[in-house]
Amino acid sequence: MSTESYIRKKSRPLQVYAIIFIIVLYVPVLFIPLFSFNDSIYVRFPLEGFTLKWYAELFQREPVWNALMNSVKVGLSVSVISTLFGVFAAKAIARYRFPGRGPLVGFIMLPLVVPLIIFGVALLVLLSRLGIPLSLWTVGLGHLIVCMPFSIATLLPRFEGFDPALEEASADLGENALWTWWRVTLPMIFPGVIASLMLTFTVSFDEFIMAFFLNGTQPTLPLYIWGQLRFPQEFPSVLALSSFVIAASFVIVFIGLWINRSAHAGAIKVE
Amino acid sequence: MTDAFISIQNVDKYFGKFQAIDNVSIDIGHGEFFSLLGSSGCGKTTLLRMLAGFENPSSGEIYIDGQAMSEVPPHYRPVNMVFQNYAIFPHLNVRDNIAYGLRRQKLPKAKRNEMVDEMLALIKLPEYGDRKANELSGGQRQRIALARSLILRPKVLLLDEPLGALDKQLREQMQLELRQLQRTVGITFVFVTHDQEEALTLSDRIAVMAHGRVLQLDTPTGLYERPGSRDVASFIGTMNFFDGKVSKVEGTKISVDAEGLGPIQGDRGERAFAEGDRIQVAIRPEKLELTEHQPNGGTASVRGTLKHSAYLGERSHFFVELDGMEKPVAVSAQNKLDAISVADDSRPVWLSWSPESLVLLGAE
Repeated sequence: MSTESYIRKKSRPLQVYAIIFIIVLYVPVLFIPLFSFNDSIYVRFPLEGFTLKWYAELFQREPVWNALMNSVKVGLSVSVISTLFGVFAAKAIARYRFPGRGPLVGFIMLPLVVPLIIFGVALLVLLSRLGIPLSLWTVGLGHLIVCMPFSIATLLPRFEGFDPALEEASADLGENALWTWWRVTLPMIFPGVIASLMLTFTVSFDEFIMAFFLNGTQPTLPLYIWGQLRFPQEFPSVLALSSFVIAASFVIVFIGLWINRSAHAGAIKVE
Repeated sequence: MTDAFISIQNVDKYFGKFQAIDNVSIDIGHGEFFSLLGSSGCGKTTLLRMLAGFENPSSGEIYIDGQAMSEVPPHYRPVNMVFQNYAIFPHLNVRDNIAYGLRRQKLPKAKRNEMVDEMLALIKLPEYGDRKANELSGGQRQRIALARSLILRPKVLLLDEPLGALDKQLREQMQLELRQLQRTVGITFVFVTHDQEEALTLSDRIAVMAHGRVLQLDTPTGLYERPGSRDVASFIGTMNFFDGKVSKVEGTKISVDAEGLGPIQGDRGERAFAEGDRIQVAIRPEKLELTEHQPNGGTASVRGTLKHSAYLGERSHFFVELDGMEKPVAVSAQNKLDAISVADDSRPVWLSWSPESLVLLGAE
């Protein structure tokens, strides 16, 4: 009946499932931008009318911009540091066979599965015991723990996808380790580096729990938003702000995935 | 040896408890095409990687052009390597791949381009400079790997099974080109292969390796005609083996009672065989002559039964059973116009040989 091969045969139930899946996942998110243009402070149907005033109001509020800048500061630092560590860790995991390698990888990936509240509380206890005051630095430290697994998971396929003989060839052709890194290794993993930077920035930017436990007097954007939820008159502006954040997150994640779309393209196939 | 260009002296290599190289000493002359031949896991690639500097000997020393190499990192060694899968940089085009090693020489751009053009001409790919690595066939990649190494004028070129990934036809063509290239550039080649035919075709000398040791180091003819052990004899080409016992020694002439062949005469050469020694008599399939009738006069011969034959076009293979032998003896004969008319199986035939074609090996 169908000319498609067995494995590519179209499946109607699967298509329906996929559509429902996407609706359930993303429609609630769409309500946020929808109500951010609504001319009412109450989030309810029917819609009252189109307005941009919540956006206009947003631009006049200084705390929002402070919170945004805090989040950007933390996000940028965390993404750079965790990508840097991620590069070293991924290289070690991909290239060297050392005792305890398996458990170590599992250990690094742990923050993906352990509830963040546990990490948050643990870090908070540790930091207060050490007498370190809470600040954006401590938030960054918490985010680093959250971001490392993302960074490594993004970079690992890049290292595994390229033949170690390329680095040997570079050494053989007269380049030392540093130049080999610059001329061979870095270009080969570059898409992974960009993807890791974007992904970890997004993760840090959106992160709430760690920030909640570890922040001092300067709130990050998610904390600020959460704080504003208590005031109904502030809520539409929060929706407007959230719309921006959603749009920016989507763009960053998609660019990251697109750049890293073929993690194994760097590997030459051997015929 | 003082005139050796590469001198590998008593080198051992351990990976953990596993001994990959066991006390290997090899001297390679300047401009020589030298092959390391052996099945996989015999240590040939490890030895090559030690020459390149990717591995260091656990003990022993390697000298290249009189200089001890153990403290010299790969990027300072006067050797370049052609990798098994060529290791062409996929993010660079052909020109940049070939020019990769020139950065340190700080040449003016024009001079560099000129050198790359020369190389592209040498490898017969002048139009391919702007191609990406993934747009190239295996043979083209192999040539680029060669050019990338040769442009640096290394003292030694190391080749790690460079023809292994190519199909048969291309491989034979590349063998020819490689040999010509080596004569043109006059660089010492150290070539690793598991393909005995390839090694015989290309090399000036070959070291046959097994279990991290050099079994025999000789010219292709030497290895084929005068193998020093059963392992070498069976690794290179096909060989028939007969158990035997020395019955008489007279100078270098000896008489042997060989299983299946009966009493035979041979020359022991340098070997110290004594009466009563158990030895092995070996003969190549093409050194045996197959006839329907007993050959005339004093020719050494034995009667057997033709079990089956295989027609291979240019030649035919026959398998002959001899009394007292479990394994049939292989005979290879060229198919000429007056081809031997013994194609039918299971009929009596005669095998004959000349005494000098027998190889006498110590029993193992």
